[in-house]
Amino acid sequence: MILQTQGLCKTFGGVAAIAGIDFNLKQGELRCLIGANGAGKSTFFKMLTGQITPTSGRIVIKGQDVTGWPSFKIARLGVGIKTQVPSLFDGLTVSEHLHLSALRKVGARRAEEATCDMLAEMELEALADASVGTLAHGQRQWVELGMVLVGDPDIVLLDEPAAGMTQAELQTTISLLDKMRGRRTIIIVEHDMNFIRQIAETVTVFHRGRVLVEDTMDGISRNAEVREAYLGQKGLKDHG
Amino acid sequence: MRELKSPAFIATAIIGLIVILLAPHVLELNTVFNLTVYAIMAILALSLGLVWGMGGILSFGQTAFFGLGGYVYAVAALNFGDSTPALLVAIVIPIIFAAIVGYFAFFGRVSDVYFGVISLTMSLILFNLINSTSGSGYRIGNAPLGGYNGIPSVPPLNLPFDPANALDFEGMFLAAALILLAVYLGLRVFMKSSFGRIAVSVRENELRAELLGYDVRLYKLGTFCIGAGIAGLAGALYASWGSFIGPSAFSLSFAAQTIIWVLLGGLGTLIGPIIGCFIVQFVTMWLGETKFINPNIALGLLFLVSVMVLPKGLAPVAQRVVSTLQRRGTAS
Amino acid sequence: MDATILLLVQILYGAASLFLISIGLAVIFGMMGVINFAHGEFLMIGGFAFVLSQRAGVNFWVAMFVVAPLVVAIFGVIIERTIIRWLYGRVVDTILATWGLSLLLIGIASTTLGYYQEGVAPPFGSVQIGNYSEGGYTFFVIGVAFFILALLYGLLRFTQFGLIARGTMQNPAMAAALGVNVSYVYSITFALGAAVSGLAGAVLAPIAGVMPVIGATYIAKSFITVITGGASPVAGTALAAGILGSTGQITAFLTTAVIGEVVLLATAIVILRLLPAGITGRFFKGAI
Repeated sequence: MILQTQGLCKTFGGVAAIAGIDFNLKQGELRCLIGANGAGKSTFFKMLTGQITPTSGRIVIKGQDVTGWPSFKIARLGVGIKTQVPSLFDGLTVSEHLHLSALRKVGARRAEEATCDMLAEMELEALADASVGTLAHGQRQWVELGMVLVGDPDIVLLDEPAAGMTQAELQTTISLLDKMRGRRTIIIVEHDMNFIRQIAETVTVFHRGRVLVEDTMDGISRNAEVREAYLGQKGLKDHG
Repeated sequence: MRELKSPAFIATAIIGLIVILLAPHVLELNTVFNLTVYAIMAILALSLGLVWGMGGILSFGQTAFFGLGGYVYAVAALNFGDSTPALLVAIVIPIIFAAIVGYFAFFGRVSDVYFGVISLTMSLILFNLINSTSGSGYRIGNAPLGGYNGIPSVPPLNLPFDPANALDFEGMFLAAALILLAVYLGLRVFMKSSFGRIAVSVRENELRAELLGYDVRLYKLGTFCIGAGIAGLAGALYASWGSFIGPSAFSLSFAAQTIIWVLLGGLGTLIGPIIGCFIVQFVTMWLGETKFINPNIALGLLFLVSVMVLPKGLAPVAQRVVSTLQRRGTAS
Repeated sequence: MDATILLLVQILYGAASLFLISIGLAVIFGMMGVINFAHGEFLMIGGFAFVLSQRAGVNFWVAMFVVAPLVVAIFGVIIERTIIRWLYGRVVDTILATWGLSLLLIGIASTTLGYYQEGVAPPFGSVQIGNYSEGGYTFFVIGVAFFILALLYGLLRFTQFGLIARGTMQNPAMAAALGVNVSYVYSITFALGAAVSGLAGAVLAPIAGVMPVIGATYIAKSFITVITGGASPVAGTALAAGILGSTGQITAFLTTAVIGEVVLLATAIVILRLLPAGITGRFFKGAI
């Protein structure tokens, strides 16, 4: 197990956002997390990256108990996150973003090369010197993803990577994920069922701060409890 | 170090050198004397430009390190008799002081606005402390602290390790101006270094820098300490230039002045603070001579206008003018 | 025994004067999130309004309790409308703008009123405590501090305005959605903070005197007190003033006034290292 949580809880002012989550992830797995708004997905990601300290429970990454660690230490362990709203350095250029991330991983001498490689891989060369503050939302998502990947994380957390992307960008994202499959361990939080159906291996459904089910996409689609909890009156098919 | 080889960098260095070396031959001694203090203050402005403009740290009490540097230089030079080690401790002590304050603030995760208020408060406390050290009881070795009267007869700079050879007015000008040029160029190189890039990214988005695996507290602390060292150096030069240092270096109005320099010149640039510093000092000197208007009124208005009308300072405005002219030039 | 009583009185006085110089700043910061760097000058204007109007023949108490707060409150409304209003949500810009205002006010006061210290003799003579004597005005200052504490607490806790102001402080968008005129509430709140600053400046004038640069002597301590106090303006300032004032005074009593100030600052730093959001950021959450 590359990532485990045991009895993870987080309460905000008496309300439990996360109410006891046991979560296990094998090396090289691609896991999708779904759940209605307020199910605790974002809070879960924030705890995995050290932005929020759990009220109780443990987080173990690569055999190390990282509960209560500051964000930068968890990042150094090899956890990269693409946040829901792209979190970027608005005054810096695209290549500076990638450089900054590569710098920590491979050092100043090889950062230049890694930056160029990633610019090519993400097809961002044309935007290399553009200030990130001027980019469109989809491009910003893309820059953030490139920045995370150039840091060569073992575990990649993607919070709604499909949001605001064009169909073409979506397809590129899917092929990028396919390339990473098996090499990196990936958790994706996503609402776009169509997207999930194309990439998912195992899907975990969060409901009110707990894990409701964990199954294959087909199993999830057939699960009555999931329909009830996540989709309300709407059927899965309406989303797909 | 690509910056070292860039044409713009080399041109700046050469032009700067020529201007500095020519100035004493072209200008009157009085002007050279005044320009010396402008250059010294510009070093202080650069230190704030680094810490605030580049690092995003609201160091409203940056003058505390200037004053500390001045006092440490005065005490050390009076005791050692040689300005060389005195200059060195005048840089080191402010750095240590900044490291302690910064440790508490950054590692305690004090919010940036609180930090601004705390750093200014620190300067004001030093003001009160130094003010109350009048009387013969307060002396360090050969140096009386002098309370609100300050320390007079601070030894001038001398050639390195050669106390017999004190610098004259011209030598002092050259020293100050060359140090200003060196600090400016040094900071340009520094900003292109890994540390500099990361420091800027921390200013732009602290959480993101942290999620990439950078310990932002260390980078803030580092930037803050470097800024303190530069400010301390400026303070030492100031004390040796006027052979005097007094508690007004820690005063609220002096702290405000440095803020205006940087704000007027432009945050996030290195040349801006220098320009802002020269303009404001020239204006205050002119007001002091002509008694046209109380300097506090002028500074206050300038400050208000900078915040409300020119939030990014003069440097971006100037850059826009230059690039528009260039575009027109190429178009025609 | 007498010495103990005297020390107790001085501790109370230390806390009371800290509370007085800070409470106006705290109200404006706590309720509106605005850090007013011209706070020292608000105290200065209060002091001048008191001294000058009293010299012009106004009754001592009217000058102190009516003229000074009123003048500074009106001035505060003008400043809020002309400067602060344009910078809401931009905390750093507000700091810088009010810092500019502070210089401007010092400059104007220096040119129109002169550089010299003006004073008024404190009334009440002195009170005998055993072998010691203490100025009667000391007790008056302590009394005024408690009076302002009670007044503000009552105003914010029990009146309709207090409810609206607290609601606006917690969630301006929601308050506006409920039909509250938020900009009006901010004006009134700013005026309230300015008024207590004016009163404090007047009350302290007979002790400290007034001059254009007097604000600088108050401002550092008021910043420390407010930041140490944390989010709740009244409770936070009272607690911080109590803790910092007593540690400072006790140290000053045992050693010297300078060391007293250093210990006051050191106490504040230690508190902030342990509680980065101030005392009421951690304890007594939601207090006023």
